[in-house]
Amino acid sequence: MSTIAMPEPDVGILARAPQIIAALESVLSAGTVISSPEETRAYECDALTAYRCPPLAVVLPRTTEEVATAMRVCHELRVPVVPRGAGTSLAGGALPTADSVIIGTMRLREILEVDTANRYIRVQTGITNLAVSAELEAEGFFYAPDPSSQLACTIAGNIAMNSGGAHCLKYGVTTNNLMGVRIVMATGDIVELGGPLLGTSGLDLIGLICGSEGQLAIVTEATLRIVPKPEGARPVLIGFDSAETAGECVGGIIRSGLLPVAIEYMDDVCLRAVEAFVKTGYPNCAAVLIVEVEGSEAEIDHQIARIRLIAEELNPVEFRASRTAEESLAIWKGRKSAFGAMGRLGDYLCLDGTVPVSKLPHTLKRIGELSKAYGLEVANVFHAGDGNMHPLILFNANAPGELERAEEFGADILRLCVDAGGCLTGEHGVGIEKRDLMTKQYTADDLAIQMEIKSVFDPAWLLNPAKVFPLEVSQPHREAAARCP
Amino acid sequence: MTFTDKQTNNAAAAVSPTSEAELAGFIAERHARAAPIRVVGGSTRFQSEAIAADQTLTSRRLSGIVTYEPGALTLIARAGTPIEEIEAAVAAEGQAFAFEPMDHRKVLNTKGFPTVGGMVSANISGPRRIHAGACRDHLLGVRFVDGRGRVIKNGGRVMKNVTGLDLGKLLCGSHGTLGVLTEVALKTLPVAESQQTLAFHDISVEAAIEIFATALATPFEVSGTAFRSGTAWLRIEGLSPQVDYRRERLSALFRDREIDIVNETDSRMLWRGLRDLHHFAGSNVPLWRILVKASEAPAVVARLNALGGDVSLDWGGGLIWFESSANGSAVRNAAGRGQAMLLRRGTLPNSDSFPPEGASIARLSAALRQTFDPAGILNPGLMDK
Ligand SMILES: Cc1cc2nc3c(=O)[nH]c(=O)nc-3n(C[C@H](O)[C@H](O)[C@H](O)COP(=O)(O)OP(=O)(O)OC[C@H]3O[C@@H](n4cnc5c(N)ncnc54)[C@H](O)[C@@H]3O)c2cc1C
Repeated sequence: MSTIAMPEPDVGILARAPQIIAALESVLSAGTVISSPEETRAYECDALTAYRCPPLAVVLPRTTEEVATAMRVCHELRVPVVPRGAGTSLAGGALPTADSVIIGTMRLREILEVDTANRYIRVQTGITNLAVSAELEAEGFFYAPDPSSQLACTIAGNIAMNSGGAHCLKYGVTTNNLMGVRIVMATGDIVELGGPLLGTSGLDLIGLICGSEGQLAIVTEATLRIVPKPEGARPVLIGFDSAETAGECVGGIIRSGLLPVAIEYMDDVCLRAVEAFVKTGYPNCAAVLIVEVEGSEAEIDHQIARIRLIAEELNPVEFRASRTAEESLAIWKGRKSAFGAMGRLGDYLCLDGTVPVSKLPHTLKRIGELSKAYGLEVANVFHAGDGNMHPLILFNANAPGELERAEEFGADILRLCVDAGGCLTGEHGVGIEKRDLMTKQYTADDLAIQMEIKSVFDPAWLLNPAKVFPLEVSQPHREAAARCP
Repeated sequence: MTFTDKQTNNAAAAVSPTSEAELAGFIAERHARAAPIRVVGGSTRFQSEAIAADQTLTSRRLSGIVTYEPGALTLIARAGTPIEEIEAAVAAEGQAFAFEPMDHRKVLNTKGFPTVGGMVSANISGPRRIHAGACRDHLLGVRFVDGRGRVIKNGGRVMKNVTGLDLGKLLCGSHGTLGVLTEVALKTLPVAESQQTLAFHDISVEAAIEIFATALATPFEVSGTAFRSGTAWLRIEGLSPQVDYRRERLSALFRDREIDIVNETDSRMLWRGLRDLHHFAGSNVPLWRILVKASEAPAVVARLNALGGDVSLDWGGGLIWFESSANGSAVRNAAGRGQAMLLRRGTLPNSDSFPPEGASIARLSAALRQTFDPAGILNPGLMDK
């Protein structure tokens, strides 16, 4: 089996399972509590599918008050709670333990308020990311953070992971677009933070909740900033015969004062896989950049001309500017199908480290060397504008020991990112996947204060157990929590 | 070595460590004795007498830019670095902080050099906040010493980082009550090559709010929306042809109104004055900073006007500046669901500075302060009343 350890389930809780389920059923409406093994199996993992464990029960409330009721019962009975949105986490953030109850927010899907005059939308957090922008389409607005999983993932998961997307170079990630939340505390109390005002005179508690991976509270409603849709957008494709030159081009564009919406990078391994999958007609070279700019037709032409000046200094293999909607689709087609194309090559691990943009060439080179040393192929496709890398390590899950080897390779890449001045995760979150690497990025004191904050919100340490903090580091806190009345 | 710094506005001598380790040692010792400290950077803000401390600590000698990478849009500086030093360094590369931090010296009638640590501690953000976000949105990472003397880092220097809890957001705007910042990493952005401002004269607050809402719903990236004495301003920035195009489109959108165009240098001067509230300088009448929902601004302004005083608006109407000698509870009543903070206290009591918080938020905030600063030694009495 794989290398990430989960704690042994609490046998006391397992023994009380029937009473716990009965207690939940007695206070929640019919159909809210799911406990048959056939049904709970559907919740045994998220998108990090190498790790699976069905929960004790799943609760799917329809209102914030029901979430609070379920939480109160679990708190009184001392049962761990795993918050869950759509289960698309790539970090094992929504992985249950056998002694836990999942509280899923996916049935809380209402749009509560659309206010274009003050530029916000208020929603329940079980709504999918794409449904929010769809609601705003007719008004000429959109919600900017757009993870590639946006068709499935929910605003709840986006807030918990502080998710990013292709647009975040220009528009920021979730935390930059979140104005308010309604949360259910571990005790079952409901608290409102923020709202339509542009800030607060007190502590920025919303900033703390965003990205807290279900460790502090369950988020049931959110006020999101909305932005007007641009008049238009068009990409250019630039091919280079070396990764370094592509990296230089990224730096040149960023420095120039242009603010592209996206700068995406694909390396040769990825390009070959994509070409075999969808026939993109991309150039056959070491690296391709896709740079998208926004504005009116004339503004776009002007920006593309500037990008051309920067790129041509660097002798690109190809510079292809889109002139029409069809050409734009053709340029994006390969990038959009990259993950699918990689999937055809076999199993892969998707990493998410970030490095300073200036360290991209060095990091890519080292990843290449590590790939040879481990004997595992790696493809690079990522958001180059902000240094957020997604190396995909290819392996065969059926070959004994390969998953473990791939995980070790991945850990080495993440250490490399930290050593380069970057971090373990740019947008996918820590979950269980990077939990044991946290001591690489943070000192004992750095982690201690984070765990003390968790104790403020969740004194009994019931929320999303065994995630984010390495088990041996969190042990004293968990033991103290177990003793607390 | 520790300097005793007599230049701060505060009467008592200030301790001014020259290294993070020295600062940590000093705080650990104060923590052990539960001895309160007043935390300052450049001391350009009013010295709140609400802080019950006989010892001032300044971070001004923890100074200097650590790294600045224009190609990666990142700057790391020690907390005591004067903002002016940073602005000069990034301006040399054609960059700036997009959130346009204001300089309070004129309006608060203070001297000295505002520091980058003070800017982050107060989450200072100017007119461009409406488009580019606040200081907290551009903060990439922090190093600080908490109330026990522990040195802690969080975040880093990269744009995307979701590793662990985000303490930077919490420290930003905590006014020195959770920890003393020693180093901050911030995102810089290229300064737009061109800017113009559309001015609408002789209009009401209602009309201004309508203009702002209409303009901010367009894709023309309006980056300034302010109002004062019957004039509303819209700022547009970008590449030169882009600015011309946007001006044309916005002028067409508001073709029923008379519009003056303010160009480049004049536009920059105009926004500098609006940002730094030059119109409220040279007086010691209390000055309030009131956050409201923009569409509620006209009603709030009407209630404020009834108290007597002068208003100006920023952030599309989401921020009301109010100069008045009315008392605190009257202003807070008029603000309704808004949040009113005192920027210039005048003769009002210290207790008026921060608005009261709801019970559950107050409880959470108190518990967090207790976690960062168990002995309650950092700026006690400032945010906790
Ligand atoms: C194909 C694919 C592409 C992806 N692309 C991107 C991308 O481009 N950018 C990106 O950032 N991510 C991406 N992801 C990762 C993932 O989609 C995001 O992390 C997403 O935000 C998770 O949302 P979810 O609703 O599925 O949450 P889940 O997976 O259900 O949960 C995620 C985390 O949030 C917590 N949580 C869930 N609901 C709540 C709640 N109501 N209150 C508190 N905590 C809660 C969970 O406990 C868990 O820790 C991708 C994933 C896949 C599979």
